[in-house]
Amino acid sequence: MTQAPPRLDEEAPVTPELERAAERAESRRGFLIGLPAYAYLVLFFAIPLVLVFVYSFASRSSTGRTVLEDWNLDSYARLVDPLVLEIFVRSFVLALITTVVCLLVSYPFAYYIATRGPGVRNVLLILVMIPFWSNFLVRTYAWRVILGSDGIASQISQAFGGEELRVLFTPTAILIGLVYGFLPFMVLPLYAAIERLDWRLVEAARDLYADGFTAFRKVTLPLSMPGIVAGSILVFIPSLGAYVTPAILGGANTVLMGDYIVDQFLAARNWPFGSALSFAVMFVMLLATIFYFRAGAKTL
Amino acid sequence: MADEAVQLVDVTKRFSDEVVAVDSLNLTIGDGEFFSLLGPSGCGKTTTLRMIAGFEYPTEGSVRIHGHEMGLKPPNERPVNTVFQSYALFPHMTVFDNVAFGLEMKKVEKSDVESRVRRVLDQVQLGHRADAKPSQLSGGMQQRVALARALVNEPEVLLLDEPLGALDLKLRQNMQYELKDLQSRVGITFVYVTHDQEEALTMSDRIGVMSHGKLLQVGDPHDIYEAPRSRFVADFIGEINLLSGQVTAAGSARLGNGVEVGIPQGHPASGEVTLALRPERLAIHRTGEAIADGRNRMQATITRRTYFGDVYFYDVEAGFPEPLEVKEENRPDLGTHDVGDQVVVSWSVGAANLVSD
Repeated sequence: MTQAPPRLDEEAPVTPELERAAERAESRRGFLIGLPAYAYLVLFFAIPLVLVFVYSFASRSSTGRTVLEDWNLDSYARLVDPLVLEIFVRSFVLALITTVVCLLVSYPFAYYIATRGPGVRNVLLILVMIPFWSNFLVRTYAWRVILGSDGIASQISQAFGGEELRVLFTPTAILIGLVYGFLPFMVLPLYAAIERLDWRLVEAARDLYADGFTAFRKVTLPLSMPGIVAGSILVFIPSLGAYVTPAILGGANTVLMGDYIVDQFLAARNWPFGSALSFAVMFVMLLATIFYFRAGAKTL
Repeated sequence: MADEAVQLVDVTKRFSDEVVAVDSLNLTIGDGEFFSLLGPSGCGKTTTLRMIAGFEYPTEGSVRIHGHEMGLKPPNERPVNTVFQSYALFPHMTVFDNVAFGLEMKKVEKSDVESRVRRVLDQVQLGHRADAKPSQLSGGMQQRVALARALVNEPEVLLLDEPLGALDLKLRQNMQYELKDLQSRVGITFVYVTHDQEEALTMSDRIGVMSHGKLLQVGDPHDIYEAPRSRFVADFIGEINLLSGQVTAAGSARLGNGVEVGIPQGHPASGEVTLALRPERLAIHRTGEAIADGRNRMQATITRRTYFGDVYFYDVEAGFPEPLEVKEENRPDLGTHDVGDQVVVSWSVGAANLVSD
């Protein structure tokens, strides 16, 4: 016997139970969609992070083995060692300068891209992204060729009667490498923010007696602040923990946080201290990010 | 000071060789006048406004404000302010800061800024929302902030670019009255751009109708509605019946359906003329009903009746390529006509208007 089709004009009354069931179904669906992302984060982020956290309280045997007993805070106590602080401050300042230089270089560029026609705009955006198509390591080594004492930069300088350049293996070389490497991460969010801007607001400012620069300062700049915040965070954080660029362009004289942490794991074989350093860097990044977001939000 | 607030002399704006947005436009807008530029989208009215504001510069010709040549002066150096379409309020500033912006740019003293902003906000009944962000306000309120932000600077000319376009019907009608009241109170010259003929008719002292970059006719609302000079103006403002005919003698012409009718004076001695007739100037009579002298008349059949509440619209077949449109008030004493009724349509000779193509 076939069942009579449900009559559409006689809807079942919506009871609280039904609503709750619907809500549960909804959140189950949401969970299923998020499952791969959760699994990824747990496997490759949360578990390693917990391991590092546990290790940071462990102790090191005289042969350099990590001993998972005698839990202590010795590794954290070493963080305030003047040598460690010096490395840390150096890394922090370099990351800060990198961020500022990236911002100053990228803003006019992003502004230029965002104000072109669609055709030119796409070409320029592709040009920004082209470097990603080749290996970062190779590109960083290329800078070694450019900045070396007989490199192109030096030859150009000498051709104009200047001296031989001694840039390679200095903090300046690291700065150049970092700015070069992270520039796209600044350009793209800035471009997105400026491109979204309502230009009638700038016209309104001009109409209300603001000259071009004032209109920029009062309207364009504050309204592109989300791009500035996003770009700065995307540049500052990897700069602070950068390892490859300082290792290749910085030589032995300029130790930064990235090298120092790697050293603890590979050369000094002090995993607990390396873990504590990692956590300290993460903590500072977190603070910096929160501070920056707050400051950015205030101007909006 | 000259009596002309704004003067456009042979102004042409070309965006490229093919695109001529404004074509040798001449226009003088009087001091304290409420002037509307009316036309369909793309007719060049907004470009004209933007050239007065200084966002665009004329390719040829000159823009003068109170007799001063504007030339290539940027917007911030012109004694005008603009109320933008969809308002362009600064989203990152409060209502107060939005309104204070112009005064601060002009380096008006702080205490003065405060009192002037408060006063103008009270004027638009938004004194209590001074600390709100624009996004927290309704469309109508944002509209009033935009007005306040422009008016607080006491510009010589206020430019309004379809300022009511984003509001719903009721609010729009209220704002029409408010705007008109405000304008007569502050005495500032308003240049108002709109594609809405009703807005233009109800608020303006004078209207300029534009099409394809040209100014077709300038006149007061009465002139524009009652005596359109061209087919386009007649057709764009309100509903209209356009009837072509051949002049047969002084004061009469034979229409397309073969009926000979009286036409108003001022027509060419021979050749073709076009009569423009508003639907409300036509009357429908039942067969045999008495019709006053001096009225043109012709046999017709009702083909459609549309109910608008306050009025009925009839489509009436009278031997023309398109049916005549007739508008009758919804009054019990007039009664209604049914589709298929044989009727007589009449109009007084003077109610028709001769238009050019």
